Amino acid sequence: MSGLIKSSIARKVVMALSGLFLVFFLAQHFTINITSVVAPDTFNEWSHFMGYNGLVQFILQPILIAGVIVHFVMGIALEIKNNKARAIKYKKYNGAANASWVSRNMIITGLVVLAFLGLHFYDFWVHEIDYKYIAGNAEDPTRYYHETVEKFEPFWRTALYVVSFVLLSLHLWHGFASSFQSMGVNNKYTPAIQTFTKIYAIVIPLGFIFIALYHHFNPITH
Amino acid sequence: MKLNLKIWRQKDANSKGELVDYTLDGVEGDMSFLEMLDVLNEDLINNGKEPVHFDHDCREGICGTCSLQINGEPHGPDRLVTTCQLHMRKFKDGDTIVIEPFRATAFPVIKDLVVDRSAFDRIQQAGGYISVNTSGNTVDANAIPINKHDADDSFYAATCIGCGACVAACKNASAMLFTSAKVSQFALLPQGRVEATERVQNMVRQMDLEGFGNCTNTGACEVECPKGISLENIARMNREYLSATTKG
Repeated sequence: MSGLIKSSIARKVVMALSGLFLVFFLAQHFTINITSVVAPDTFNEWSHFMGYNGLVQFILQPILIAGVIVHFVMGIALEIKNNKARAIKYKKYNGAANASWVSRNMIITGLVVLAFLGLHFYDFWVHEIDYKYIAGNAEDPTRYYHETVEKFEPFWRTALYVVSFVLLSLHLWHGFASSFQSMGVNNKYTPAIQTFTKIYAIVIPLGFIFIALYHHFNPITH
Repeated sequence: MKLNLKIWRQKDANSKGELVDYTLDGVEGDMSFLEMLDVLNEDLINNGKEPVHFDHDCREGICGTCSLQINGEPHGPDRLVTTCQLHMRKFKDGDTIVIEPFRATAFPVIKDLVVDRSAFDRIQQAGGYISVNTSGNTVDANAIPINKHDADDSFYAATCIGCGACVAACKNASAMLFTSAKVSQFALLPQGRVEATERVQNMVRQMDLEGFGNCTNTGACEVECPKGISLENIARMNREYLSATTKG
């Protein structure tokens, strides 16, 4: 078993499975968020459910946080090992001749997304914990929509979200399809997986960008 | 044509190397890259200087001995060729060519452009074989019918010459393409299935022990491989490995 934990292939499978889990979560997150544009009441209803349902709060949310932690800790561990594998670098290395920038720089796009997650957690998760458990406020099923829209009032935050989603798009562009290869799936369905990856990597981040910009340019007037 | 060469010179494994500039005139487009280095070395020897050391043997793209990182790419800018098959017509008069050894912690430099690739031998020895009694009891290979598609894939995997270009190209110096080709050539055949579980585990364990990096699926290895070994082999090895480890 210890051999499996140290194995390069097992570590890549862990990256792939945690990555796919996060890809799935992203779609669910987007589905809820888009309602903040098209149906604010539904957004409030779903957000309240997610915020107070025991299964979501105490089982699914910890699994999600664990998934994020596993993905970035393993990613950084692999990056350190990969750097050691070429201790003396080339004077001239033409990486662009044989591989895309995105595939060669997952650590950069990943770290930007991780930094964004810090801000995102501060904006929403820390706020929720504070609201519910520290300040001990009563349940208010109508607060989520205006809290979300207000978050996007400052230009700097909206800009940071937009830039982060672009980097997320690049990360997904390589990572989503790559996770199948890591798990040994390379067959007649691979071209379809790659096409779906590209569609997903554009549509989902673009959708999030749209939501951020929509709320920034349509503030709630008091 | 006249070329400006920047060649990695390193006295021995323990010395610090550096890129040294050379100017070489009279290079013909029909020369191979190694013949160009031969001309340079004759000049150096005639002038009482130490020639540039580089690996070479068959000079027809079969043995996997020649290496060289040429302008940042293993085996140079051409595709599906080894350095010995690379023609100088791929370069222009006045070009600057940077020539370095294949770089990987698992491929230490011995001298100049010569690196120690015995890590590949040890991966191969860890499981890249089948155990057959050849002392008078050999069975005709054709006695077992094999699906044509599997036979072809096995053969393609077996065309890997073990040159190390995959490691040299990979940003992580990963040896997954090499190891997966050696695993695949047996995994696809009934003769290889007998020891399949131990083989993939032992070869991957040895690959990791040698200090190669992880595969991040950039595909650089496949592009630079002089034999066109496919990434499908890496996926196959991953499947073999997962199946083997779950079996215990």
